[in-house]
This record gives sequence, structure tokens and C-alpha cells, in this order.
Amino acid sequence: MKRVGVWSGLLVVAVAFGYPFWWLVSASLKDRAHVFDNALLPRPFSPGNYVEVWRAVPLTTWIVNSVAVGVAAALAATAASAVVAFGFAMFRFRGRTLLFGVVLATMMLPGAVTMVPVYLEWHALGLATTQIPLWAQNLFGSAFYIFLLRQFFLGLPREVFDAARVDGAGAWRLFTSMAVPLARPGLIVVFVFELKAAWTDLIKPLIYLRDPDLYTLSRGLKTVLDRFGEGGEAQWELVLAASAVATVPMVLLFLVAQRYFVRGTVTQHVE
Amino acid sequence: MTGRAGWWFLLPWIVGFLAFTAGPMAFSLWLSLNHYDMLEPPEYVGLDNYREALTDDRVGTALWNTLFFTALHVPSQVVLALALAGLLRRAGRAAGFFRTVVYLPVMTPPVALAALFLLLLNGQNGAVNAFLGWFGFTGPNWTTDPVWIKPGLVVMSLWTVGSTAVLYLAALTRVPPERYEAARLDGASPWRQFWHVTLPGISGTVYFTVVVNTIASLQVFTEAYTMFFGARGKQSGEGDAALFYVIHLFREAFESLRMGYASALAWGLFVVIAVVTAVQVRLSRRYVHYEGER
Repeated sequence: MKRVGVWSGLLVVAVAFGYPFWWLVSASLKDRAHVFDNALLPRPFSPGNYVEVWRAVPLTTWIVNSVAVGVAAALAATAASAVVAFGFAMFRFRGRTLLFGVVLATMMLPGAVTMVPVYLEWHALGLATTQIPLWAQNLFGSAFYIFLLRQFFLGLPREVFDAARVDGAGAWRLFTSMAVPLARPGLIVVFVFELKAAWTDLIKPLIYLRDPDLYTLSRGLKTVLDRFGEGGEAQWELVLAASAVATVPMVLLFLVAQRYFVRGTVTQHVE
Repeated sequence: MTGRAGWWFLLPWIVGFLAFTAGPMAFSLWLSLNHYDMLEPPEYVGLDNYREALTDDRVGTALWNTLFFTALHVPSQVVLALALAGLLRRAGRAAGFFRTVVYLPVMTPPVALAALFLLLLNGQNGAVNAFLGWFGFTGPNWTTDPVWIKPGLVVMSLWTVGSTAVLYLAALTRVPPERYEAARLDGASPWRQFWHVTLPGISGTVYFTVVVNTIASLQVFTEAYTMFFGARGKQSGEGDAALFYVIHLFREAFESLRMGYASALAWGLFVVIAVVTAVQVRLSRRYVHYEGER
């Protein structure tokens, strides 16, 4: 009896969480007259929506931009956060606890507070309408990732490092030849988290990008919605096709890197 | 290891902290005392921006909308995530599959999510109202009726509850099984076990998610902006029901180029968030048990 309750609950969950995806893909393959019909299968079947939206807006350019910005953001965040986290995990010096407290505090700082002044900084540098502000800040590490990688480094066996140090290895060599390979799962966690964050972000592209040729896919999708959605030309099937194009890469990323996403989510709160 | 080498490793973060956090905060504080439209040089106006923010009706509306959304969103997120985690825990070998199903929506870009839910929540043809119709309910106009816009956004936000549920699931597995046995021996019902064993056992994690989700929720922007702002003919009426604080701030800064005023608004939000968080910290002293979790 109890089993029945659990399984019917799980069935409801699967339908409730899976249905919107199904609806999205299905409706993106319907023609204009049937977009709203809530039918499970697209009849008539019109995959031409994808061709049409590709013709109407520079989707390829936006995808390339999103990949470039995402990879730059993820690489920068991973490399820099690892270096900083290693410093916090492996060295003892005065002020370390205080400084790490500041790192944790910046994690709680509302991003809205620095939004305007940071924009003005990039503006002063003449880079405010380029893609650089979308990823360059990651070159200095990011609080959450520093926290996360520090946990990974603290979990490594110290004896290995002590032995290597006796053999005369310097701190940088310990980092590159031992800590980095050993903490690889942690680095992948940071990489995929930041890749996803950059791909799905709207607010930075909205602030910084003016030229549609520089848009990321999320920013471009907002334009597609404004142009073809409500208040626009009411061609929802195109909006949905573009939405599916923006979503599928993230679904695939999750399917290949699922355990890293789960691990990163769970590590958020380990005291 | 000791000594100076450590500082070299911290250097990137220290530079970044000064350039992108501490510096900008000081800059923003100064800016909030000026009129600055990026064309003319900043003009010192004292506390004028703050005075304007306190008397601006739209700030009041935005603040009310934001607090209302947060008060609805955070508790429903916690309750649903708890229920999901409890269910996933009993899924046995299928747990991995259901975890994937529940987590996948978290991966959806918010802009795509917003476009999708504009249609799912549509008052006339939306699937949500069609579903309510099966049970004889007439669903509201979630996307156009000012009364229902925020509840609609909350419904939508529940679709991405998966990351919180996964976090709770991990916390549940850390509750010592002996405690359940002891409770069962005492004849405690499942409900009492939940209140006296489960909840105290994971209260640290729940508290953490409440604090973090509240801070995020007070800065809600992307979905509401995508759905109700930025398009032609979408600036008024129903727009005000979805005018959240950061949306107002964003538009003052980047659409009206009122950088000084927007900075004052940002500090207002900073104070609101600090106060709300401080209240939560105080309350947590009474209700959160850490012993089992460390």
C-alpha cells in the first residue's frame, strides 16, 4: 500500500516536471494554427519552424558567441578559483581566516549593488559594449567556486604533499603537478557550473551587448520573443523553436555531466 | 605550508576584490550622492537621490512586489523541495532517474523558461488552466491579471525546485537511522517522526537554503523582465504588477541612464536584504539544530 503511494507520487512528479519539456518540443514542431492546441503530438508536423527561425535571426552567430563566452568564462573561473582556493587550503599565514571570511561575505553580497559601478568601470575602459565584461571578471576567481575548490583541496591526503615537499618541490609545482590532477572532479564541477551560468545569463548580456552580432543565445532569444511573441508578430512557433535550440545544449550538458552538477549542488552546504 | 608564497596564490582574488567588489562599492556610495547621466560630469546633490527613492511610488510598488513574491516563493520552494526529497528517497533504484527528471528544469535558460511559461500559463489556451479545467476550476489569467501575475511567477519558479530538492536529499541521508528506530520504538507516527527527527536533523540545510533563496528572490529579475518588459507596448499596466525591485533599478540605470539614482536604489536594496538576513539569523538561533550535521 505504501509502495503504491510512493509510486503514484513519483509518477505525478515525472509528469509535472517532464511535461513542460515535452510541450516545448512538441509545440515547436506545430504550425501556427496549432501551437496552442496542447496536443501531445504535433499534427500537422512542421519542422520547418526551425529553418524559418534560422533564416529570420542569426542563430548560428549567437550559438558561436554563447559557446565562446561560456568557455572563456568557465576556463577563467576554473583556473583562477583553483589557484586562490589552493592558497587558502594549503598555506598558513596571518590574516588567512579573516580573508576567507571576506570571501564568504562576498558570496552573500547582492550583485545588484555592484551592477552600476562595475558597468561604469568597463565603460571607462572603453570595453562596455564588448563581450569581455561577460567573462573577464572570472580571471580573478569567484567566491563560491573558491569555497567549493577549497573543500576539495582540504580533502586531499596531506602526506602526499609533505613527501613531495621533502623532495624539494616548490609551491607552484605542488599545485600544477599534484593538486590540480587530484582535484580534477572539483575542477570539472566548477567548469560545468560556470558554463551553464554563462549560457543561461541574461542580465549581463542585456547590460553590455548592443550589437546583435555579439549577442549570446539567451540575449538573442529575448529579442526573438520581443519580435515574434506577444506584442510582436505573434509567431510563437518560431519563439518556441528558438527556445528549444537554447535549451537542448544545457540538457545534453546535464546528461553527460550529471554527477558533477549534483556534486556541486550538494557541496554548497557542507559545514 | 607557511610563508609568503601563499599570498601569491591569493593575489588574483585580492586584485579582483578591490577592482570588482570593494572599489565599486565605494564608488557606488559616492555615486549615490550625485546626479550622473554619463553625458555631463557627476553633480553632487547630497541625499537627494535617497529622498526621491523614499517618496517614489514606483519604488514602493517594486519593493512591495518583491517582498510579496519572496514571501510566497521561498516557503513554497522549501515545502515542495522537502516533499520531493522525501519521495526521491523512497524511490529505491529509480532514484537516479527521478533525480534527473527533477533537476533538468534547473538547466533550462531562464529566457526560454519565461517564453515557455507565458504560453503554459496563458489564461485562455494555457495547459495549466486546461489541467485545472479537468477538475472543474476556471483558472485565472496568470499572465495578464495584475492580481495573478506574481502567483503565476511563483508557480513557474516551482518548476526549478530541483536543485534545492537534491540538496535536501543529500541532507536526509545524513540523518542517523538510529534516531528513526528510537522514535519508532516510542511509537511515534510518521508525521511525528518528520517533526521530531527529520526536520531537526536537516534544519541546518533548510536554514541555509532559506537564507540563500531569500537573497536571490529579493533580486528576482530575469524571468519577470523577459515576460513583462523590454518588448514594444509592454511598459505599463500589467507591467507594474511584475515590477520587481531589480527591474526598476535596471531600468533607471540602463534605460533612463540615471546612474546616481540607481546607485541609491541599490543601497536601499542592500539595506533591505541585510535586515531580512539579520532577522533570519536571529530566528535561526531558536530553531536550527546543528549537532547532527557537522
